[in-house]
Amino acid sequence: MSPMRCAALLAGLLIVASAIAGASEDLPREKQRSSYDDMAPATRAMQDADTDNPGMLWVLDGEALWRAKTGSAARACADCHGDAKQSMAGVAARYPAFDAKRGGPVTLEGRINACRVENQNAQTLAYESRELLALSAYLALQSRGKPIAIDEKKLGETIAAGRDIFRQRQGQLNLSCAQCHDQHYGGKLAGNTIPQGHPNGYPLYRLEWQTLGSLQRRLRNCLTGIRAENHAYGSRELIALETYLMWRARGMSMESPAVRP
Amino acid sequence: MACAATVALAAPVCAQNDVKSYEVRGDAIPQSLTGTTGDPTRGREIVTNRFVGLCMLCHTGPFPDVPQQGTLAPDLKGAGTRWSVAQLRMRIVDSSRVVPDTIMPAYYRTDHLQRVAPQFRGKPVLTAEQIEDVVAFLATLKEN
Repeated sequence: MSPMRCAALLAGLLIVASAIAGASEDLPREKQRSSYDDMAPATRAMQDADTDNPGMLWVLDGEALWRAKTGSAARACADCHGDAKQSMAGVAARYPAFDAKRGGPVTLEGRINACRVENQNAQTLAYESRELLALSAYLALQSRGKPIAIDEKKLGETIAAGRDIFRQRQGQLNLSCAQCHDQHYGGKLAGNTIPQGHPNGYPLYRLEWQTLGSLQRRLRNCLTGIRAENHAYGSRELIALETYLMWRARGMSMESPAVRP
Repeated sequence: MACAATVALAAPVCAQNDVKSYEVRGDAIPQSLTGTTGDPTRGREIVTNRFVGLCMLCHTGPFPDVPQQGTLAPDLKGAGTRWSVAQLRMRIVDSSRVVPDTIMPAYYRTDHLQRVAPQFRGKPVLTAEQIEDVVAFLATLKEN
């Protein structure tokens, strides 16, 4: 085949690829389904009873951290924010939020860390560290039962960027998030029901992990599964994907700390 | 990109890293990628190993010993009756040439992929030898 025919074939493939990407639409609100609804009764029961939900152990740690003075400012979260049950009610359901100071999105974990640096003179906490999971679990609990509400006016560009990533075929297995979670949810992948992929329960206790983990940990797992180059924790790409997914789950009830298989 | 020599009425595919060129005729690849016939016993091992062939992640098949099968793709039962060896080879090598929007990965293609993890870059999902083994095994699935 001549180089020209090679080029023509390539161009043809690109046209087909973009046509497929443009064809899909966002999951409609009326079809939203929490993965809770697909769980075995025993796993649901584990989530439902606070005494059985392992995520509540992180919540207890988080409550202690909320009240503990930290950093060279020797200041506790509670010193400024008071009782989280009041001041933080419904807050996590609105994250990622628009941060006017940075002119962009900030995740719940990013807000905790910014507060530590700016107001407590403390070090940032690493993603998946016990402390950051504990604080984010404690904050997320204050939104349990609240509807997810992302500021789509201010975060429109971030939502669009996340949607592009969600629909991009990638990795050696050449799959997009959308192909599984928009187009094949409910089907069985290796015997497991493919969920719609709503982040309505993070941080959550995943039986496969045998620990609590963040949404970004879960996103990185999927990227590894399709044999794609990964994105770093806190990267622009994962924040955009997180923002899009929370917007896609808008109106759904927060379940944090959820339990998932 | 190096291109294979042309044969009339055929559409040769450009050679890539670790992927030799092959000739497509219609929806089939008539010639073995290795020049020899694969081993169906090794092929079964590859098909039913979820870390190597990955087939059972999405497909169901007539393998009672394989738990946790997928339901996202056609049952492999009778694949050897539905397709010729040459058609099976095409569908494993690059099924997107038959069904453009398929979710099935191309098992023998390293180009037109994005953001491949470093350890898999430039490598096909299966080698030419493995694909011939898989083709030989699928061809034995005659029961409908």
